[in-house]
Amino acid sequence: MASILSVRGVSKRYASGHQALGEIDLDVEEGEIFALLGPNGAGKTTLISIICGIVNASGGTVTVDGHDIIRGYRHTRSTIGLVPQELATDMFERVIDTVSLSRGLFGKPRNDAYIEKILRDLSLWDKRAAKVQELSGGMKRRVMIAKALSHEPKLLFLDEPTAGVDVELRRDMWALVRQLRDNGATIILTTHYIEEAEDMADRIGVISKGELVLVEEKHALMKKLGRKVLHVRLSEAMSAVPAGLADWKLALRDEGHELEYEFDTHAEDTGVSALLARLGELGIGYKDLNTEESSLEDIFVSLVHAPKSTAKGEAA
Amino acid sequence: MSFNVHAIKAIYKFELHRFGRTLMTSLFVPAITTSLYFIVFGSAIGSRMTEVDGIPYGAFIVPGLIMLSMFTESISNASFGIYMPKFTGTIYELHSAPVSPLESVIAFVGAAATKSMFIGLLILATAHLFVDMPIAHPIAMIGFMLLIAISFCLFGFILGIWAQSFEQLSVIPMLIVTPMTFLGGAFYSVHMLPEPWKTITLFNPVVYLISGFRWTFFGKGDVAMGISLTFVAGMLAVCLTVVWWMFKTGYRLKK
Repeated sequence: MASILSVRGVSKRYASGHQALGEIDLDVEEGEIFALLGPNGAGKTTLISIICGIVNASGGTVTVDGHDIIRGYRHTRSTIGLVPQELATDMFERVIDTVSLSRGLFGKPRNDAYIEKILRDLSLWDKRAAKVQELSGGMKRRVMIAKALSHEPKLLFLDEPTAGVDVELRRDMWALVRQLRDNGATIILTTHYIEEAEDMADRIGVISKGELVLVEEKHALMKKLGRKVLHVRLSEAMSAVPAGLADWKLALRDEGHELEYEFDTHAEDTGVSALLARLGELGIGYKDLNTEESSLEDIFVSLVHAPKSTAKGEAA
Repeated sequence: MSFNVHAIKAIYKFELHRFGRTLMTSLFVPAITTSLYFIVFGSAIGSRMTEVDGIPYGAFIVPGLIMLSMFTESISNASFGIYMPKFTGTIYELHSAPVSPLESVIAFVGAAATKSMFIGLLILATAHLFVDMPIAHPIAMIGFMLLIAISFCLFGFILGIWAQSFEQLSVIPMLIVTPMTFLGGAFYSVHMLPEPWKTITLFNPVVYLISGFRWTFFGKGDVAMGISLTFVAGMLAVCLTVVWWMFKTGYRLKK
């Protein structure tokens, strides 16, 4: 697949001297959903702003749909739709006017049928004649999305689209994102909510302190870094791990009622069956077994907090 | 897409729509203010005044009044047009849109200048209710008005980009433009002033603008029409250069 976005050595130092981005390299394939994860201030918004033309990069090049974002800005910008993080809308305008303005700004001729379709998809059609300031926060967010979609972009940026949005709207929004992707759009989103990335994304990039720490296909990432924990619920509590079980890395939890065994999911031998056999030999009874997989959140936290070199090593 | 005509149309329409929303304040206020000036200066005081350069005082002040309103309205409309998106954050959209600086300027300044023309013509129409108003050179009059509208809207646009607070936005029109207009012969002929004020006044560029506009009505002004046109052209050139520089460097627009 062709990459629709190609970022090469992009860096940003603000006039204040703050180095927001190191040197970022990133490729995003056409038709995928790419999630950019990172804590506040990591540089997610700066990177997006550079690609969209809102912030000038200090160095490096960005190519969108085969065109350089500076020399070919007409093409790249009309290819991109941006839903910014902050709710910035023309408060005194009617919903339909502000959405129509966006379509014109991005160089598209008037198309009432298309605007109507977007507004209907976003459940905004009934509110089309309302002023933006009269809408609730969630509705305003929908207006921002409608504006971004008004010119039929091929590449859509969603910067923290679900921050401060209720559960229902979040679900609607993700349904919409999937629908857009099915129609061939490429979507790049940033989020704090790891479950969101876990749910939606095909690939995940983790950004921390202006560096892209890793870029990985989601399942591969989970698999590579995923660890599982086996919980063995004991019939009778014990005060210490028996010497006979010293071969396994075990911990005693819940006042001796539970044994916990952490193992690597892709090791040749996870040691699970041998452990269970040994428990039988030692006559240790158990009531229940369950395993727990580490979530993307755990992976993320370990990456962002780990020293950079280790994180890169793990990712490689 | 070598020229984004759709964007120009969209911004232009949007801006005019914004003016339409504040029609009461933007059109009726100048009309009422002008009427007040006529009652006070034209009727109450003007009836006791002799003619100025052979022109009845009531008619003499009309070009100055139109200029005064057009200066302030052009500056405030154009500066608000670009300052508000900066203030509310919606400017992100303009930056991320495939719109060139030239297109932005044409759309924003064009919309503000359109409104200024409306206001200028409205004041002229209002003036007709009070005084006999000959127009010696109607085409030159409209042309001059247009040049003034464009120049001052450009100036307002620059101010809107430069301003970082509402206070800064209003300080230039209130503290510089309005006093310069009052002292620039809006209500009197420069020839009426004693020295050294007469010479000092000639350093005020507004004198040349009002004089030029007055010429289009009465066929004569305080200074030659050529000098007036040079001043307007000079102002237009300076503003265009500054706007070009602002967009090129991203001054107070981009981080």
